[in-house]
Amino acid sequence: MYNILSWIIWIPVLGMVAIAFIPREKQDLIKRAAAVTTGLQLLVAIVLWSTFDATNGSFQFMERAEWIPSLGISYILGVDGLSLPMVALNALIAFIGVFVSWNIDRAVKGYFALFLLLDTGIMGVFLSLDFFLFYVFWEVMLLPMYFLIGMWGGPQREYAAIKFFLYTLFGSVLMLIALLALYFACGETFDMQLMMERAPFALDGVVWWGMSAIKVIWVLLFIGFAIKVPVFPFHTWLPLAHVEAPTAISVVLAGILLKLGVYGMLRINYTMLPDAVWWFAGTLALLGMINVIWGAMCALAQKDLKKMVAYSSINHMGYLLLGMAAVIAGGSANGSNLMAAQAGINGAVFQMFNHGTISAMLFILVGVIYEQAHHRDIEGFGGLASQMPIYTAIVALAFFAGLGLPGLSGFVSEAMCLIGAFPVFRTIVIISTIGILLNAAYFLWAFQRMFFGKLNQKYTKLVDINNRELFTVIPLLVITIFLGIYPRPFLDMIKETMNILIDQVAVVGGIAGIF
Amino acid sequence: MTGDMLINYALGILFFPLISFIVLIFVGKRLPRQGDIIGIGTIILTLILSLAMFGSMLLSHDPGFRHEASFTWMDLGDFEIRLGFLIDNITIIMLLVVSLISTMTHIFSTKYMEGDIRYSRYFAYLGLFTFSMNGIVLANNLVSLYIFWELVGVSSYLLIGHWFEKDSAADASKKAFLTNRVGDIGFFIGLMLVFTALGTFNYAEVFEGVAKGAMSGTLLTLAGIGLFMGAVGKSSQFPLHIWLPDAMEGPTPVSALMHAATMVAAGVYLSVRLFPLFTPEALLFIAYIGGFTAIFAATIAITQNDIKKVLAYSTISQLGYMILAVGTGAYVAGFFHLVTHAMFKACLFYGSGSVIHAMHHALHNLKDHDTDPQDMRNMGGFKSKMPITYWTMLVATLAISGVPLFSGFLSKDAILAGTLSFASHHPQHFLLPVFGFSAALITAFYMFRLIFMTFHNQPKLPNVYSDIHESPKPMVFPLILLSSLSVFIFYTLPYFNPLSDHGWFMELIKAKDSMVPGSPSAHDIAEGMHHSHTLTMILSILVASLGILLSWSVYIKNSVSADTWSKRLDLYYNLSLNKYYFDENYNKYLYQPFLRLANRVSYIDWDLYDKYFINGFGHITKWLSIVTGRTDYDGLDQTIVDGIGRSMGKVGSSLKEIQTGRLQNYMLFALFGVIIIIIFQSF
Repeated sequence: MYNILSWIIWIPVLGMVAIAFIPREKQDLIKRAAAVTTGLQLLVAIVLWSTFDATNGSFQFMERAEWIPSLGISYILGVDGLSLPMVALNALIAFIGVFVSWNIDRAVKGYFALFLLLDTGIMGVFLSLDFFLFYVFWEVMLLPMYFLIGMWGGPQREYAAIKFFLYTLFGSVLMLIALLALYFACGETFDMQLMMERAPFALDGVVWWGMSAIKVIWVLLFIGFAIKVPVFPFHTWLPLAHVEAPTAISVVLAGILLKLGVYGMLRINYTMLPDAVWWFAGTLALLGMINVIWGAMCALAQKDLKKMVAYSSINHMGYLLLGMAAVIAGGSANGSNLMAAQAGINGAVFQMFNHGTISAMLFILVGVIYEQAHHRDIEGFGGLASQMPIYTAIVALAFFAGLGLPGLSGFVSEAMCLIGAFPVFRTIVIISTIGILLNAAYFLWAFQRMFFGKLNQKYTKLVDINNRELFTVIPLLVITIFLGIYPRPFLDMIKETMNILIDQVAVVGGIAGIF
Repeated sequence: MTGDMLINYALGILFFPLISFIVLIFVGKRLPRQGDIIGIGTIILTLILSLAMFGSMLLSHDPGFRHEASFTWMDLGDFEIRLGFLIDNITIIMLLVVSLISTMTHIFSTKYMEGDIRYSRYFAYLGLFTFSMNGIVLANNLVSLYIFWELVGVSSYLLIGHWFEKDSAADASKKAFLTNRVGDIGFFIGLMLVFTALGTFNYAEVFEGVAKGAMSGTLLTLAGIGLFMGAVGKSSQFPLHIWLPDAMEGPTPVSALMHAATMVAAGVYLSVRLFPLFTPEALLFIAYIGGFTAIFAATIAITQNDIKKVLAYSTISQLGYMILAVGTGAYVAGFFHLVTHAMFKACLFYGSGSVIHAMHHALHNLKDHDTDPQDMRNMGGFKSKMPITYWTMLVATLAISGVPLFSGFLSKDAILAGTLSFASHHPQHFLLPVFGFSAALITAFYMFRLIFMTFHNQPKLPNVYSDIHESPKPMVFPLILLSSLSVFIFYTLPYFNPLSDHGWFMELIKAKDSMVPGSPSAHDIAEGMHHSHTLTMILSILVASLGILLSWSVYIKNSVSADTWSKRLDLYYNLSLNKYYFDENYNKYLYQPFLRLANRVSYIDWDLYDKYFINGFGHITKWLSIVTGRTDYDGLDQTIVDGIGRSMGKVGSSLKEIQTGRLQNYMLFALFGVIIIIIFQSF
């Protein structure tokens, strides 16, 4: 299998070129071309998943080419247990996203071209092992997202798009500064593997304006990534962007884009600045707790279904942050508790994946009812259960997945995050467990208001979920149930990489031990 | 029976009902009789397997029997979770109870739910519920327990909300789930405490760790109380008892299944299973929660007029007894009461279902939609019309009141002996037996009140009365079977002494020592109970007869007027009638303020923080962009962005303006960044 990673990244661009040659009137052909493109990408991703060597936690399928040698910039790709699930998730979500977009009828050509470009950008971020390349893909992804929200979105789309753009751009700037600082510190290379080796030592003891350089760079990167996650207090762009974005874009946004922030932290902050993980873990856990509680409280108050689901994302990402913070349990400072570190960090990556499938499902389902009812006001429905029984059943499953019901995948990862973080951040985790109740409260309350009670007479003409919509939801549902019952196939794939990550943070951080 | 065979049987018991659920959910409506045959077939298979296990337990007669099997669910290197089954005599008896009551519920429902719009869905949910409940019973570790625990929660949510068109049913199902989740928070914290200290979820390994002292003192007490909070939620103990009475919105057979024999018993089962890790402090907490719940719920049941509400509060009270037994160390007595109570309480619920069914039909024929078919004030004199329902309910009532010759006498007696012996060792806790005995008195009173108001006296509504009929066979059969199982002999064989609980049950279920160092041994506890046995027996027969006598004089003889007394005790009467205003106060002081808080948080988030603080940056930037927009970059930038804008379609002109400025700033920022870094590097 030659250059499989390049294929995964560039297949959508090939599709984009193909779409450019299709006349704009042939909308169906454009849609089919997009479906074929993403379908092909998904196939390659499945091949990648099945040929990936799970016993080896380091980078595989590496590709390396010169790009701008004078600046130390190269084209390096590689995949490990951290990026593999994200690549698979993205391939799946992109494929599903095309079918979710099937009803787009305005500027179809532009829409799918941008959609495929977005796909390439995201894949590029996950697979780049050159920091400069990573950054380029990061920016490539921004532009199509901006236009997809700004042109195909809801009534306030322009405001939402510009806000998303500015906010993310702000993060990018901070990231760029950190990127350059690391570049110079590591001997003018962007090769991430080299940077991981060199950065902890190169920056050891360096002080800028009385502050440790490691801390400064960590914070810059953290804010850059935190905006994407989003971590409180950088989260307010998200509900707006979700409410205004077209369904498929919400699906990609919640399913994949939010994971990029977490991925960035784990890939860059954790490996290049392991010392600062020790220093920052407490704050990270605290922010996680705030995300859980704040997100849930806001979700409880929402009247707009889509906004509620958006806030639920903030809530769910909170568990993930707790799991990430747990990594320091593996180190020497607190006495080694590898169990907790493993539970936390594996739980966090598992939660990335599960949130991807569950929130994608939730947004698709919001779109299904919006298409017919033309509003998303939770109070405006009522009694839909008797009118749309299949839709009701699927929403029930998705909501239960969202509220962390055992037997569905979200529970496993959330529980792992909490169990992992508990030995290190006892009080924070205990407060966060209130989320167990709050999650259930907002989901069940919304469910009751929408589906129970007497049928609202306005809606006697609604029809149940159609086959295309079912086709988009069922794969996600199957994955959610399967991984909820038996999570091993997933966890076995990532655990070796996570052990390396724990080592990097614990051992390297422990050796340098400046905090 | 070999261990492996037992595991195979257990797998069958666990998964047959799940198969029924899956089949009925997908194709139930298309099957003949909407597939209820599938539900009944699988549950009878489950029952047969349970009976086989039970039989082999009786034959081998080994109190120490236990068999375990696990598989690796998750293995991350050091962090490993193994899920599996634990089969011992407690498991086997509990499996039989669950399968038996579930089978009865299936059979009863074929008539009770006949013609229901979601008949097939209903049987599917029964399957899911049975699966989840058996999962709890079979678990050998805290994670499995928690998983099935929550699944029971969700299946009860579905069953209570079966008639979701009614707002009250939808409310009740949500309330049940959420109230349970409050307890589950405690459960989960307890689980994390245990795992953090001992590194395992497996019961046996946890107990071993506790015995070794790897976890002790306050931490262990807190972990125990945390885990017990789960039981408080599921077993509807004070202060989380509020969901159970509302859950009566579900179909009555469901109440018999969940609110008599299984779901609510899960909390007791958990406490029994985890008994070895509770510290004396945790046990004391448990005892007081249970004892208080027993008396507290009984004082509410006494004034309720809805026949199911009486039974609901009676259930809460009886569960309090079981919890009290665990707390005083007599956990075997608690488990014994769980089993006997499952039989007679399920019988009472079916009986009430039979009465409601009859009322419903009579009212339906009269086209009367206003009269409440569950209000006992609309009944009276049904004895002659529904003789089987009457006699079976009477037997169950005698059992629950603790009258000799019936099962309830034996188990209640054991519990009360436990409290009495506990109080004799710890005189400062004299309240526990006081709670126990007074609750017994009140129980006898209100249960006979139910019987008298429903079946005796003159009919209150003669035209309804004339149309009342005995229920059909599938509804009567469970009544007869379960009332028979309320007779003492089924629990004392091979002995025939109606006054002693000595029999197969007590021989096969032997109390184990607590694993917490310094706790009284099982032998000491049994010894103490033995000593107080005679006194307990005399006292409990006394209070039971007193309760029945009082009830008789009020409701049959009319020598004491209920009305006069309720007026005389006005304040208390209203408190009891209104359930001590718990719902109102929770609503007023917890729920509403919390909702207001959530709204406030959302307002701060969206209308203040985002609108003014975050957008403030936007305004500053916009201003900056106007300034910088007149710099050299202008021309270059305009061209690029306009170019993109045109090729992509119409983008608002205002948008372009901001965006232009933004890109400039961005590049400016980037430039600054580079300069700063270069300055840094030169140090």
